[in-house]
Amino acid sequence: MTTFDWDAVGEALPLLLEGFRVTLLATVLGTLVAAVLGLAIAVAGRAPSRFVTVPVKAVMEFIRSTPLLVQLVGAAAVFTSVEPLTIGIVVLGVHYATYTSEVYRAGIDGVPKGQWEACRALSMSPRRTWQAVILPQAVRNVLPALGNYAISMFKETPFLAVITVQEMVFEARKYGADHFAYTEAFTLAGLVFLVASYPTSLLMRKLEKRLGH
Amino acid sequence: MSDFFSTLLDEFPQVRSGLWVTVQATVLGSLLALLLSFALGLAAGSRLLLVRGVSRTVVEFFRGTSLYIQLFWLYYAMPQLTGYELTPILCGVVAFGLNYGAYGSEVVRGAINSVPRAQYEAAVALNMTPFHRMRKVILPQAWVQMIPSFTNLLIQLLKCTPLLWLLSAADLMTVIQTIRDRTGESLTAYLTLLAVYFVLAYALTLLMNLLERTAKRRLGLHTGGKSLLKTRSAEPAPTAGGAR
Repeated sequence: MTTFDWDAVGEALPLLLEGFRVTLLATVLGTLVAAVLGLAIAVAGRAPSRFVTVPVKAVMEFIRSTPLLVQLVGAAAVFTSVEPLTIGIVVLGVHYATYTSEVYRAGIDGVPKGQWEACRALSMSPRRTWQAVILPQAVRNVLPALGNYAISMFKETPFLAVITVQEMVFEARKYGADHFAYTEAFTLAGLVFLVASYPTSLLMRKLEKRLGH
Repeated sequence: MSDFFSTLLDEFPQVRSGLWVTVQATVLGSLLALLLSFALGLAAGSRLLLVRGVSRTVVEFFRGTSLYIQLFWLYYAMPQLTGYELTPILCGVVAFGLNYGAYGSEVVRGAINSVPRAQYEAAVALNMTPFHRMRKVILPQAWVQMIPSFTNLLIQLLKCTPLLWLLSAADLMTVIQTIRDRTGESLTAYLTLLAVYFVLAYALTLLMNLLERTAKRRLGLHTGGKSLLKTRSAEPAPTAGGAR
């Protein structure tokens, strides 16, 4: 039984913040992948042919129902030549795209039917219908929800440490093992997460209110 | 038959015990989460500022710090700090329970708030005690609203159980990975593992749909048989600072 060592905290903090940069990078790029891919999936889910919609839905359901950790470790084991950080970003992005696509779908469903009919009456091409009429209305409403998923993703980035991405928790584990100071390292890492995620989620809540949800 | 599947069959007792560990952690973790959800969710609606404040702080703390960190803190840091040591599975159960209990409490709070105000007033007019009012009028109606969100949280909890592998508990993921190491068939091994989790998730969804139907029947709302087979919708993204 030992007590909390404040010197270790001072020593570990710079290392953790170094790792935090990788954590942020993974979150931002992962969110980007999820935002773009989710939109593509949502639009594909509205395709006129069942040969497109049914397989897309099945794959989405599978990815959504299975653990992120297994997907990460599996992808890292199969694609051994790809850099771990790249695998991490892609897997995080694809996993969260299955969530964001639902958000977009709800946004698209929220566009009144009259808008579609008006496009039809004006004989707009499907491409122009999506680009100029439907998406601008749908995307605006989904921003807060996307932000919340970004925060959830942020809290799941420690999984990347398992496939040897040197993000914050990886550094915390390393520091803990080297100096036998797990208590200080993990407590600090947890606090960094709290300090970063709580104000952001309050901000998202404000945005939600502002957009009138 | 490929190498992987023949080894899988040879090692079936191991696989079964791994599956049992995963199921155990899921069931016990979600029971603890359910208990905490109600405790924290009901406390959030208390008239006393202190009770509300404590509930709020606990919820935001366990939602704000990552589950991964909580798990490792319990496993590595707690023995150092207090001298008490938990078994890996127990660590998992406690961490999953605390984390998802915090998320679940928001579900309970929201569902209770969504019961129409007139129901409270009617119960007061009938001179029911606060306990009786909650137990007989509010909760049965709120419970129906809670089940879909609880289903989502339950599946999320199941999806976190492979973390036990990192604490060297012999869960399903650990067992399948040892077989993978022996046969070297990564793709088959991980796809099989994913398929098992998918089946588990689907089975839990069906059970929860059944529960939802029973709860709805109690309120006199009848649903068709088809609703039993429906899958979950994507969970709404959790937001913080919801105490209003």
